[in-house]
Amino acid sequence: MSQSIATETPGNATRNIAVIRSWAAPLTYLVLGLVALLGFAIGSPHAEATFRITDGSQKISVPDLVLGTTFIGWAGAIIMLGIAAYAFVLVRAGRKLARWMMPVFATVFVIAFLVWVIGSANTPNVYLSGLIAGSFTLATPLIFGSLSGVLSERAGVVNIAIEGQLLAGAFCAAIVGSMTGSLIAGVLAAIVGSVLVSMVLAVFAIKYLVNQVIVGVVLNVLVAGLTSFFFSTVMVGDSSKYNSPPAFDVIRIPLLADIPIFGPIFFEQTILGYGMYLAVFLVWFGLFKTRWGLRVRAVGEHPKAADTVGIKVNALRFWNVVLAGVVAGIGGAFFTLVTSSSFNKEMTAGQGFIALAALIFGRWNPIGAFFAALLFGFSLNLSFVLTILGTPVPSQFMQMLPYAVTIFAVAGLVGKSKAPAADGEPYVKE
Amino acid sequence: MSNTADMPPAEHSQTPVIPPVAPTSQHHDEPEKSLITKIMTGNGLVSVLAIFLSLVVGAILIAFTDERVTSTASYFFSRPADMLTAIWDSVSEAYIALFQSSIINTSAASFSDAIYPLTETLTIATPLIFAGLGVALAFRVGLFNIGAQGQIILGATLAGWVGFTLDLPVGIHLIVAVLAGIIGGAIWGGIAGFLKARRGAHEVIVTIMLNYIAVYLLLYMLSTPAFQRPGSNNPLSEPVAESAAYPLMFGDSFRLHWGFVLALGAVAFTWWLLNRSTTGFEMRAVGANPVAAKTAGINVGRAYLLSMVIAGALAGLAGTAQILGTERSLSGGIAASFGFDAITVALLGRSNPIGTLFAGLLFGALRAGGVGMQANTGIPIDIVLVVQSFIVLFIAAPPLVRSIFRIGTSKPKNKKTATKAATGGAA
Repeated sequence: MSQSIATETPGNATRNIAVIRSWAAPLTYLVLGLVALLGFAIGSPHAEATFRITDGSQKISVPDLVLGTTFIGWAGAIIMLGIAAYAFVLVRAGRKLARWMMPVFATVFVIAFLVWVIGSANTPNVYLSGLIAGSFTLATPLIFGSLSGVLSERAGVVNIAIEGQLLAGAFCAAIVGSMTGSLIAGVLAAIVGSVLVSMVLAVFAIKYLVNQVIVGVVLNVLVAGLTSFFFSTVMVGDSSKYNSPPAFDVIRIPLLADIPIFGPIFFEQTILGYGMYLAVFLVWFGLFKTRWGLRVRAVGEHPKAADTVGIKVNALRFWNVVLAGVVAGIGGAFFTLVTSSSFNKEMTAGQGFIALAALIFGRWNPIGAFFAALLFGFSLNLSFVLTILGTPVPSQFMQMLPYAVTIFAVAGLVGKSKAPAADGEPYVKE
Repeated sequence: MSNTADMPPAEHSQTPVIPPVAPTSQHHDEPEKSLITKIMTGNGLVSVLAIFLSLVVGAILIAFTDERVTSTASYFFSRPADMLTAIWDSVSEAYIALFQSSIINTSAASFSDAIYPLTETLTIATPLIFAGLGVALAFRVGLFNIGAQGQIILGATLAGWVGFTLDLPVGIHLIVAVLAGIIGGAIWGGIAGFLKARRGAHEVIVTIMLNYIAVYLLLYMLSTPAFQRPGSNNPLSEPVAESAAYPLMFGDSFRLHWGFVLALGAVAFTWWLLNRSTTGFEMRAVGANPVAAKTAGINVGRAYLLSMVIAGALAGLAGTAQILGTERSLSGGIAASFGFDAITVALLGRSNPIGTLFAGLLFGALRAGGVGMQANTGIPIDIVLVVQSFIVLFIAAPPLVRSIFRIGTSKPKNKKTATKAATGGAA
């Protein structure tokens, strides 16, 4: 099981797949480009989409951004088809696709779509800064969750239990936060709860060599069951005592917070919000610039080789999974100490799986996961906003987007997304 | 689980040389053990002990949150008997309620009231058995099918659409609706199988994502005129026509329908497919070692695709049990959590069709009993989730259970057996 999960069929199969795969990306670009051409350019509502940058409450006032749907639709479609054509040329010449292509293509597609969809809305007017700031808020727990995935999967332990870690963190933060009235105690409790989930994962995966996907799936069910059980038995009975946690205050950095669009994102956050940026940087720096990171990646790619040079594979994996729990716990605390004022049954509602999706779409890289989670947070927030504005796109399709994009990514239709080579494989010293 | 040892050599045209060698090699060298050792160290005992341990964990949770227990705990050291009595009372009340709502209601006035709980257990077990078989089948091919939930949803959606839109004669309507359910599930499973076979896309990721896509697809459909009940704003469809519903087995006072018998048929079919057919042999060979299977001339991609299509079809049948059996109207919660429970069912059944049947019955009983327990004692049904997941955790790690009960064990030579035991040798 574990082998078949982590390793692709070697030999000829890989070569065949590689040949097919190289045509997949240009074809996908072409199809999406044609969608843009038909939908956004030819299907343009011939209207204007208004993006309000400031809403009058800021010190700096910026005029609204008014974009014609027809112009943006055509410009976007032409750029996308151009990228698709260039991709065909590159593949034909037997060269690899440039690294910038996917991000640029995705950005252009998102902008073209956004202008088209706002232009088609009953109220073609949206507060852009709010839309983006809301996306960051929605994305923050996703980012913590996917960083947890990065930490554990880079060391070779598949982490399907992100959902359970987030939920355990949210629950512990709510109950301890309420009982002590202390934010710090709440966050620490969230970390402890999530680390406990991690430790079960680590012990079963590393000591008992149980398939990691099984443990992850079961842990999600277990945490959902436990938290719902205690929610019904303890929290509902006396919610003022057990389920009214304190909330983090927004810390506003003067002047900088007034910068249009970027101000609220970077300079008007809670401690956990600022912590998210720090966490992304630390995980990136740790993984790619330190000796520890090199070891982690070695263990995740080729544990035997790492063992040969004296790295304690299983100990390193264990502590990495624990660290993953710490990070996910903070993400869980975000649910009950920042976004929501109380805990609710299964309140993470599949966000752990969106975090998993972001991890994969971001190619197991903290920076990639950060941007992927942002994209998913944006699509989620946009689906809420669009419901209010009244648009032709059903909100369910917007909510489907993260999952669909991830399938495209793992199927190699938009670039290759490959797990660390030893991801999911237990290491047994011979 | 030496599932390949007892098999007749497959007559497969593409494999002229040594067909069964690859998958069996690891299991042949196990020494003969005495019967007692086999029972003591065997999987059967571990399963029983795992269930027992999980019920103990459940009991601890029940006792811990019971008010009588917490109130006596304050003076535990002066009068410990009070607390022990309170613990005994709360736990025994809960488990008696669980038993009476899932097997036989001993305090019932009439015979039909007495066996009603048992029929409820069978009703709830029906979709669990179907979907559990789907997950188990995929395990045996080495695929981790997390997608039963989505496959159930798609199956229920298509079957429901046929059920409340088409107007067909009695008998044919049911058959068409069931077929539609099978096709819906098979498509959803097939997507994952196809992407695995052709693109090497990891089936765990794809099936998880397909689950969520199915949920939103269903919610979208329920907002369109084709599905939504006229004059309603709720995401709820019309009920399926009587001609498309599974007939009830024991009249109107019981919910048990003929879908349960179909589930038994599905168990037999899956058993035959895996153990007696050439295709099943190829599937298990791929599950044991895809590289060796490929070398032996087996089309690995075809096995992946086919197994996911069949797994999806089985889960689709679970969808029909829901929409054409118990629920009758399509709603967002049509699949409940059966797709996720199915994973635990397949694990408890060790990916064996017969084992899956019994695991499905057990979890059906836990669910049915949980509902009654919640109604009678106020203990939330979520405890069932906890017990279920503990059962699977304990089963997945036999060394853990053995060390808790200090059962002597023949130390597994190959440490990977732990993984294998859990997936029924799918590794």
